[in-house]
Amino acid sequence: MATVQVSEAEKVYILHGIRDDLRVDGRGCEDYRHMEIETDVVSNTDGSAKVTLGDTAVLVGVKADIGKPRPMVPNEGYVEFFVDCSANATPEFEGRGGEELGTELSNTLYKVFNNKHSVDLKSLCISAGEHCWVLYVDVLLLQCDGNLYDAISVAIKAALFNTKIPRVHISADEEGGKEIELSDDPYDCVRLNVKNVPCIVTLCKVGHRHVVDATLQEKACSVASLIISVTRKGTITCTRKVGGGSLDPESIFEMTEAGKRVGKALHAPLMKLLQQEESLGKARQKVGFLG
Amino acid sequence: MAADMRLPTIQKPVSLTFSAFDRKDLVVPGDVITSDTGFMRGHGTYVDEEKLTASVAGEVQRVDKLICVKPLKTRFNGEVGDVVVGRITEVQQKRWKVETNSRLDSVLLLSSVNLPGGELRRRSAEDELTMREYLQEGDLISAEVQSVFSDGALSLHTRSLKYGKLGQGVLVQLSPSLIKRQKTHFHNLPCGASMILGNNGFVWLYPTPEQLEEEAGGFYTSLEPVSVSDREVISRLRNCLLALAAHKVLLFDTSVLYCYESSVHHQVKDILKPEVMEEIVMLTQQKLLDQEG
Repeated sequence: MATVQVSEAEKVYILHGIRDDLRVDGRGCEDYRHMEIETDVVSNTDGSAKVTLGDTAVLVGVKADIGKPRPMVPNEGYVEFFVDCSANATPEFEGRGGEELGTELSNTLYKVFNNKHSVDLKSLCISAGEHCWVLYVDVLLLQCDGNLYDAISVAIKAALFNTKIPRVHISADEEGGKEIELSDDPYDCVRLNVKNVPCIVTLCKVGHRHVVDATLQEKACSVASLIISVTRKGTITCTRKVGGGSLDPESIFEMTEAGKRVGKALHAPLMKLLQQEESLGKARQKVGFLG
Repeated sequence: MAADMRLPTIQKPVSLTFSAFDRKDLVVPGDVITSDTGFMRGHGTYVDEEKLTASVAGEVQRVDKLICVKPLKTRFNGEVGDVVVGRITEVQQKRWKVETNSRLDSVLLLSSVNLPGGELRRRSAEDELTMREYLQEGDLISAEVQSVFSDGALSLHTRSLKYGKLGQGVLVQLSPSLIKRQKTHFHNLPCGASMILGNNGFVWLYPTPEQLEEEAGGFYTSLEPVSVSDREVISRLRNCLLALAAHKVLLFDTSVLYCYESSVHHQVKDILKPEVMEEIVMLTQQKLLDQEG
């Protein structure tokens, strides 16, 4: 994880600021930095999104491929995650430096997203027990300035919203074998239902309070944080504690409640934005990476 | 709770003054500076088919027959007398290593700091052992460049009461080319906070000290809570600095102050929104132009 050095006096300043509900950048404890979301940024994926949150930037690409369903769940497709920590984000990721963080992130994402309650896995099934769609979700960290989980989850939701899976037709030939035919029309595709895809909220315990969307400096002052994934309705689908410190049960309860509230409020503006972008169609000005 | 989500927009430069295209002294790599062979080749240039060509994007500077290009996007190239803000990265024998945004870590020698208890004192072996009590890894200092080594590394000193360890406040890291060179880089702004504009692009914002503390040689830091009103001013200044830097406005006390004044109608956390940023930078530039002429 990218780290920054913070002196003792700076820590005291940040700590007192959070106690007074006025953080270094003027935000309150439950405010996010402003977020910019753009979908359909990588042309050779089936769905992609780029999210910048302050100085954190992540790019997510979704690629659909035909595979064999898992034996335990023959009528469901599945989702695979891979997180790549680019050395552009921080020199620490050079070589194998980002591998540990990458595995940790992808394991968490797997827990959060790969179940039938988050993503409609049944719709990924082509023919039970034989063929299904596998969604390969590749996450690329372009810049790190804290709060990776939240940015990644928003980007994944946006990319899944943007994903277009080609329609397939199954035809049986004379010998009883099945043949899969892809539609010739590139616009003949299926969209995923992202209604129940959760967003992750990371709450950092700093002093006696907790903050959402912590910057690297604030993260350096916190001992432990709680990762909560919340759906549109406010259902918590996964929680995880990260960091070396301990949290007392009371504050976990408080943080869960706050996370639920914040997480619920994330979905409405996100969906509104995605729909707005969609409705612009070709008229949308593409910004991409050089804007 | 507020989550502001939006589509990205292409950033347009906000400039009231003449456009960069009209500036003959700004070049990009590959631009021919002159085809006259009477000039000497300096930093940031090369000779291509007998024409002097720029190898970096920046400003052309000419001293007699020597032509250099000073890059705009660069690390800090220190000169003697520059005020810098830096962070201690290592404590070594008789010296501290300081990160100052230059190509190599700078050094602060034990013999070039003011130790508590008088100006003129021999540095004993005990002082060497207690170095970490004065400054430890992660601490921020303000200092002045004392000399530049042959490899470009800087030697710093804090032999004045105005330099030394920094206490509570906020560090903003910007590009060194945005800092305007001035007589003084220490400012007590009338809005209620103080600012050190380091030549290396590190800007330190802190609450204005009530009385100038001495005795401890600047190694004592107060850990008393800063009042909410001071915090708000500092946070506003921080966001103003980032807004000015995003639109490449030269930073000095007047520009920062004008930006602060233009931003008072907005909430502190809103300043970093692109449209608000554009608006206040525009107002700032207008004020700067009015003041000039």
